[in-house]
Amino acid sequence: MMIKSMAEYAANGEQPEVLFWVGCAGSFDQRAQKITKAFATILDKVGVKFAILGKEEMCNGDPARRSGNEFLFQMMAYNNIQTLNGYGIKKIVTACPHCFNILKNEYPALGGEYEVIHHTTFLQQLINEGRIRLKEGGSFKGKKITYHDSCYLGRGNGIYEAPREVLQALDVELVEMKRCRTNGMCCGAGGAQMFKEEEPGTTRVNFERSAEALDTGANIIAANCPFCTTMLTDGVKNKEKEDEVKVMDIAEMIAASLAE
Amino acid sequence: MHLVQQILFILLGGTAIYLFTKKVGSIRRNIMLGRDEQINDRPSERWRNVLLQALGQKKMFKRPVPALLHFAVYAGFIIINIEILEIFLDGILGKHRLFAPLIGGLYPILIGCFEILAVLVLVSCAIFLVRRNILKVRRLNMKELNGWPREDANLILITEIVLMSLFLTMNTADLVLQSRHYEHYTVTSIFWISGNFTSLFSGLSDTTLVGIERICWWLHIVGVFAFLNYLPYSKHLHILLAFPNAYFTRLEPQGEMDNMEAIQKEVLYMMRPELAPAAGAEQPAHQRFGAKDVMDLSWKNLMDAYSCTECGRCTASCPANITGKKLSPRKIMMDTRDRLEEVGKNIDKNKSFVDDGKSLVHDYITVEELRACTTCQACVEACPVGIEPLSIINELRRYLIMEESNAPQEWNLMSGNIENNMAPWKFSPDDRDAWALEMSGS
Ligand code: SF4
Ligand code: SF4
Repeated sequence: MMIKSMAEYAANGEQPEVLFWVGCAGSFDQRAQKITKAFATILDKVGVKFAILGKEEMCNGDPARRSGNEFLFQMMAYNNIQTLNGYGIKKIVTACPHCFNILKNEYPALGGEYEVIHHTTFLQQLINEGRIRLKEGGSFKGKKITYHDSCYLGRGNGIYEAPREVLQALDVELVEMKRCRTNGMCCGAGGAQMFKEEEPGTTRVNFERSAEALDTGANIIAANCPFCTTMLTDGVKNKEKEDEVKVMDIAEMIAASLAE
Repeated sequence: MHLVQQILFILLGGTAIYLFTKKVGSIRRNIMLGRDEQINDRPSERWRNVLLQALGQKKMFKRPVPALLHFAVYAGFIIINIEILEIFLDGILGKHRLFAPLIGGLYPILIGCFEILAVLVLVSCAIFLVRRNILKVRRLNMKELNGWPREDANLILITEIVLMSLFLTMNTADLVLQSRHYEHYTVTSIFWISGNFTSLFSGLSDTTLVGIERICWWLHIVGVFAFLNYLPYSKHLHILLAFPNAYFTRLEPQGEMDNMEAIQKEVLYMMRPELAPAAGAEQPAHQRFGAKDVMDLSWKNLMDAYSCTECGRCTASCPANITGKKLSPRKIMMDTRDRLEEVGKNIDKNKSFVDDGKSLVHDYITVEELRACTTCQACVEACPVGIEPLSIINELRRYLIMEESNAPQEWNLMSGNIENNMAPWKFSPDDRDAWALEMSGS
């Protein structure tokens, strides 16, 4: 399978259907790379013509901006927008809700206007259009699964149903946590917390949230964000439940269920 | 006698209204100390929020039990104001039950409804007192409420109970006097609630009854005037400010952070010097980056602070607070209001603000609190009156980083990596598409 960069498309005078914005976690983090690969596999299998920016992609600036470093954010945003506008990008899909939020909501004021879609919404569309065909009786059928709303997809942008619909398409038994949808609890990574030690407290945010997810008795915790995935995986390990309970991105679940 | 009462009433009412207006003026001035921010787009959506969130208390209904009780108190409060209008006019004109002859048979029905509401208010306030002081609901018993905030909450509940009891006692005495065709006590039909209690008073003399009726009438209206002037010092200011606050509440997606145009421009000129204004041209005065003190926040942040009901719904949903960190979004709002009041007093005393060596960051809100925020927006989502604690947190964090270079070592490393490697971790930018090459290889 060949993954083409925007530069290659441009060199051939072609435009892809959509740009896959991978994000830093998806590019570098070993766990998140698996999500990236799963999503790329789906796109490839269903024949979506997509490109990546490759080495030209830079951090969107979210952790800089949310820690308070607006200068650094503006610098990253400027460079990214130059690149995106240079290629005449119209439509972007990303598997990270932080990238999604920044590209969709915060780049327009800086001159970067694109149609931005989170990968769970994109997957839902592909399923509805019949482009994604799923195995009959896939491996998740009837499995007890709980879904963790990430803050920047849920509260941040009001997307609660698309990911749940994708899970329903897998015929899972969806069990909700006590705090879900608008009341969903953070995994603890946002606001650049991912990159620093937590302040002193009684427990860690990801431990608290993972415990809640484990309480549902689900075998799989479905996530939509590479940071949530890491945080929840650590939380599950902390409770020594990693053998029974897996944390998976929705894209990984779909990739494992594609019809041959 | 009538005339004395009339004059006394007009003096009292006039003073109460004068003092209230003055205090409202100073709150308005304090809010205006904030930075300018244009909020006037999409008026129809804004009016919708006023209807749904302020009038309809939509967000309260996430927790139905307190929502219903609160709605009873609030509906009671608004509707009983119609009765206050009559009491007010009676007081000025020296009349008794002015509206009774005007609307005839409707009058006892109206008063009956008010009485039912009064009972609902009374019962709800009693339950609220129990929740606060006996059941000790967690969000209503955190240490940031120690002292005045807790007294404030209890005081107002007790006051409401007293006011409602006075209203009902007054009506009972009135009904007995009516049945005796005493002087000007216009005969109406029986009121629904107080009508059941007349036997309690039937043994009392006419003069005693008039005494009871008058004392209740006066205490009730004095209580109302006192309440009016108490509001601006209390968390109950939300009764009024919830409405403008709902109008001006944020319409953008909650995940979106405000842009800083000044920095956007600076970065643009750095990247493309040819666009920068020529040296020597009018440079705008440097505004502090982020917020150190209340004057650096936007006026909407400051109005938020005055609108806060201290209900703690934000804090109860804050992941940092739930896991024992010092951060509490409610405290952020209370601190902002306290500091703003302090700055206001400073201005009252010195004509304009004189540096008192204090600021909102450090003296009121610590760095440790600010650091713990995950920007999850749970506080914004939870707030029934459209307050955004996160917006204040973001501004204070901007100040810490950009003006004080006050960041934990890990954040400095992260920023260094973003700047040099274009990613928050120390990876080589050349490896950004390593995963794709691996896939292509397979
Ligand atoms: S945004 Fe910050 S203050 Fe608000 S609930 Fe989340 S962590 Fe707490
Ligand atoms: S900010 Fe809103 S939710 Fe928090 S205490 Fe104040 S009124 Fe309640």
